[in-house]
Amino acid sequence: MPETCIYIARSSAIAARALAGEMMVMNSVDSTFFTLNEVATTIFQAADGHTPLRDIVRDHVCERFDVDPEQAQADAEQFVAELSGHGILLVSNQPLASETP
Amino acid sequence: MSLMSEVGQKAFNLGVPLAVHMDVTYRCNERCVHCYLDHDDHGEMTTAEIKDVLDQLAEAGVFFITFSGGEVLLRRDFFEIVEYARRLMFNVKIKTNAVMIHEEEARRIRELGVDTIQISVYSHRPEVHDAITKLPHSFERTIKAIRFLREQGLRVTIANVLMTVNSSDHSGVQELAAELGVQYTLDPTITPMMDGDMSVLSLRIPGEELKEVFHNPALVGNQEEFCAPPKPPSEEDLEGYSCSAGHSFCYISPYGDVFPCVQFPLPTGNIRQQKFLDIWNFSPQMNEVRSIKAKDLTVCSSCSHVSSCSRCPGLAYMEGSMRGPSTADCEKSFYRTGIPTANMLRQGLSKPRTMAANTAPLIQIRPIAVPA
Repeated sequence: MPETCIYIARSSAIAARALAGEMMVMNSVDSTFFTLNEVATTIFQAADGHTPLRDIVRDHVCERFDVDPEQAQADAEQFVAELSGHGILLVSNQPLASETP
Repeated sequence: MSLMSEVGQKAFNLGVPLAVHMDVTYRCNERCVHCYLDHDDHGEMTTAEIKDVLDQLAEAGVFFITFSGGEVLLRRDFFEIVEYARRLMFNVKIKTNAVMIHEEEARRIRELGVDTIQISVYSHRPEVHDAITKLPHSFERTIKAIRFLREQGLRVTIANVLMTVNSSDHSGVQELAAELGVQYTLDPTITPMMDGDMSVLSLRIPGEELKEVFHNPALVGNQEEFCAPPKPPSEEDLEGYSCSAGHSFCYISPYGDVFPCVQFPLPTGNIRQQKFLDIWNFSPQMNEVRSIKAKDLTVCSSCSHVSSCSRCPGLAYMEGSMRGPSTADCEKSFYRTGIPTANMLRQGLSKPRTMAANTAPLIQIRPIAVPA
């Protein structure tokens, strides 16, 4: 069975800014506030809706951080599921149009 | 410490301007009796200039931006500005009187992902509110707008400025806020006018009424804690700073002038002449503001209230020295705790003077002259 691609895009309902390498993210719908560590920030910044998550992990995470690819992929999927649950990231198995306000 | 406080402290320590208050116009459709602004347009920034400022602020690390005025919706390009800010992923808050917000505007505000809308309501009695704004039917229009915004699921805060003419109405406004399903915040601060006119200070509520406000649990929460006598200041308190003005916060006027705070009229530079980060990082005035620790304050460093006082360095500056006391905050500390401040004691006062006697010289906000 072919591997399913996951595409991720940032929601238009959020505010975000990097502070000393870590991303602050706030969902304007419910004012939930998060800070993302460096690895999570890398994935968040690469979430353009067109690049499959596995490519983001391979090209951005494994490239920059000394991590095991399988572990990195599993962690990334968990992180994406969590942020998607809070409406920060949109997730699809199809490429996503980038949301703008 | 909450995550938000941790981030705020981190920005403060790093000198990152986490939050900016930007007035996009001083023009207004109301003429509130206590307003400190000159409502004429002396050359507001254009749409393109504001967008350029927003680009610079995003690059500087600004996360929270508050658009205020004047009445923001008097700018025909206001939604274009908000849309641009949201594309840059700012957390946007809007302060407005809301009289120009109808269903369509409310829907647009929701679509743009605005975080909060703060709206001034002076009384639950239409005749009192309208007498303060000097705009007939403004109460009715403002309340209708709040309902439109709530229908869109937006977060609204009613800001209730307390003054002599509405001092008994806070509980009515609080009930109105609850009925509308919105937050309520009270502010007893009346600021001198930009042109130096101190007459508006006569609208400040008298001390005894301020005392009642500070001892009302419905307004201050845990009254015992809020009104507790000040703890002796620790060494850490004396090494601390008054507030975030100039550290992680600043104010930008409609003319591009940059100040440490909306209530701190010390010009530090103009964005039409310099890059924002050059002003933020290198302005001697900004650096002076951020150098002042509690231990450097001329009177307040020896005051028992120094660790808990709401001392505003901007109001102190308007009284003559950014290192000096702010009489309005001395008054608040006194009526909150019943304990005289060092500033009062040095003047031999057992309770604050009436406001009419507080006629300290005033330094004014004026647009910085920009060469043509």
